[in-house]
Amino acid sequence: MTRILKPKQTRRSVLKNMAAGSALVAGSAAMPGFVRYSQAQSSAPIKIGFQQHVTGIGAAYGRWYGRTTEAAAKMINDAGGINGRPVEIIAEDDGTDPKRGAEVVEKFANQHGCDVAFGTLFSHVVIGSAPRAGELKLPYFVVSEGHHVASGMLNRYTLQPGITDVKSQVQAMAPFVADNLGKKVTMIFPDFAFGHDHRDYFSEAIEKQGGQVLAKIAIPPTESSFTRYFPQIPRETEVVYHVMVGPAVLTFVKEMGEFFGSSRPEIFGFIDSLEAVDIGSAGLEFLDGTYFWEGNPRYAQADQSDFDKAYRAAVGVDDNGASVSDSKDVSTYAHMFGCWETLHIIKAGMEAAGYAGPDDRSKLIEAVEAVTDMPHSNEHPQGAKLFNGKTHQVFGHQYISKVSGGKLVVAHTTSIEDTFYPDEVDYTTQPF
Amino acid sequence: MDFGPYFVLALIEGAVQASVLALTAVGLSLVFGVMRVVNVAHGEFFMLGAVLAWAVATTIGAHPAIGFVLALVIAPVVVGAIAVSADVLVLKRLKYDPENTIVATIGLLYIIQQVTLMTYGPDARPVEAPFNQRLAIPWPEWGEGGLTIGWPWGFGTTSYKLFVVGAAIVLLIVLWQIMARSKLGLVMRATQLDREMATAFGIQVDRVYAIAFGIGAALAALAATLIVPIRQAHYLMGADPLLLSFIVVIIGGLGSLPGTVAAAVLIGMSDGMISMFFSPTLAKILSTLLVAFVLVFRPQGLFGSRGR
Repeated sequence: MTRILKPKQTRRSVLKNMAAGSALVAGSAAMPGFVRYSQAQSSAPIKIGFQQHVTGIGAAYGRWYGRTTEAAAKMINDAGGINGRPVEIIAEDDGTDPKRGAEVVEKFANQHGCDVAFGTLFSHVVIGSAPRAGELKLPYFVVSEGHHVASGMLNRYTLQPGITDVKSQVQAMAPFVADNLGKKVTMIFPDFAFGHDHRDYFSEAIEKQGGQVLAKIAIPPTESSFTRYFPQIPRETEVVYHVMVGPAVLTFVKEMGEFFGSSRPEIFGFIDSLEAVDIGSAGLEFLDGTYFWEGNPRYAQADQSDFDKAYRAAVGVDDNGASVSDSKDVSTYAHMFGCWETLHIIKAGMEAAGYAGPDDRSKLIEAVEAVTDMPHSNEHPQGAKLFNGKTHQVFGHQYISKVSGGKLVVAHTTSIEDTFYPDEVDYTTQPF
Repeated sequence: MDFGPYFVLALIEGAVQASVLALTAVGLSLVFGVMRVVNVAHGEFFMLGAVLAWAVATTIGAHPAIGFVLALVIAPVVVGAIAVSADVLVLKRLKYDPENTIVATIGLLYIIQQVTLMTYGPDARPVEAPFNQRLAIPWPEWGEGGLTIGWPWGFGTTSYKLFVVGAAIVLLIVLWQIMARSKLGLVMRATQLDREMATAFGIQVDRVYAIAFGIGAALAALAATLIVPIRQAHYLMGADPLLLSFIVVIIGGLGSLPGTVAAAVLIGMSDGMISMFFSPTLAKILSTLLVAFVLVFRPQGLFGSRGR
């Protein structure tokens, strides 16, 4: 499927933009270095290839990543585009499949003539596509959470500046789990790269807190029936740590509730297990009092920032994290902000690099590598972040929410420092 | 978990799996037995049943039980009608040639799957069960103080799962009665035994074929409607039942209904056991291996009759 989102342009809006553009050019004398690049030589759109999980096991994420990306592109275009050029999002379905992912990246580079590729979530698709992006020398901005970017497994063309990685997330969760819930943990996770990151890095992190993982239960992400896995949970388990993806996440959580009945241990989950699922669904009542990691709080909190308010409105999400047009269409709120933030970083990077066309791709990567602080702002509504140019990975706050009264209420926010770990790679030393 | 409760839990899970599998596989076996058609689209009829069940339950919007009962009627009927029209429009025109029908049903598989994707979408959607109480199972234990009844943690099932097993047994008995006692059953068995002779006796074989194909698909849809409150409706959910049905039908003997049911119980139960004690992947490996052995050493299946 190919969908091309063109900014709406009328004669009037073009004239308005031109007027705004010339005002900026005039202003550039006063502010050199900032709007210098608005005198772009070309007015052709900047093409951003959006690798979207429209079908396959990541479809719910793909739908919301799409809406967030459209909203971010609209915001950028309304403000005059990038370097005076409009942004055009070219969406291609990768079927949440690594093989098709690599083909899509190739299509972006060779057929659509995209400037960059962007937007992939599922870690196996990222791992399958990144080598091809590197060969094609196409900057590849992923929104995946996998540790594979920062681990050094990929290449200089792959960056993750809009969402934190699993290793930093679980490391920040472990102290909370050990101090508040228990030290004997059983982990349930999807059996692919993303789940393995959870398994490896959480086990490591909880051991540092004096805890231990009693059992590690891997479930294929395409599984549709889960009761048969639960008896592997050892009886002495104090905390069940769950993270699941795929179309059957609701069944997973429901069957977990049926399994435990009224005598459940403490439960700590990653919201991935319930992304795009209504917490009020029948059979989920047992979750009351359990905790979830959230990348970005689904429910508008009492101390909601103006940035979150503006972001919610732009994407079309209500205070309960569902679509404003359909309260049953629950968003993937904990992840999709990554698309919004990544697009704004692409914009900032292109402006800093004076990006004019595909010949400037390496300059763009160098410009993004030079980014460090990202303040809490309209461009970064999830919170402030710190980018590590060497590992191509961003670090940020994490949220722990408690289910109470059918809503997720933030109980603890980690600091950015809680998520740091020593660098494992320096991509800047790799040649382009 | 201790071995005892663990084992009982595996039995229950295996029984649910076996009952749904038996219904689905009997449909496939019926189609093959009567028509000699290998229906590769069988899994998609299963999926279509689940999706229609969701559609009916959501459109009704009343109490989940009303939506579910209606779905139990409407989904198999609609899927059966689609299958009948596919038979009349496609398979009949291919004169039921074995190779051509395989290719045609592969085409049917993709058409059904992609049309579902285009209309229903890529999401998994739940259907609410008409009733779903958790039943904790007591476990007797001999301790120091004699016999005590305990309620082990995690040891329970739901009323709906037991209902699925019961409903499947009732449906299979009804089907067996139809095949053994009714005129329709007689005509289908006659066609299965000898097509030419059946034609000579004035049986309209074309019509019997269409009905058999419709009933086969409706059985898959019925199985899916029963399971959809436990799992969810999703456009890719047809692959697993198709593979398992083929495994069951080959082990049970192509075209043999009692053999199919016996093999479904064998595969379903062993799948439940092996999944729980070892891993679901190992269960799949072992059942496919069993198929290979059956094909090598007893190609007519465990219950099939040799050569015709």
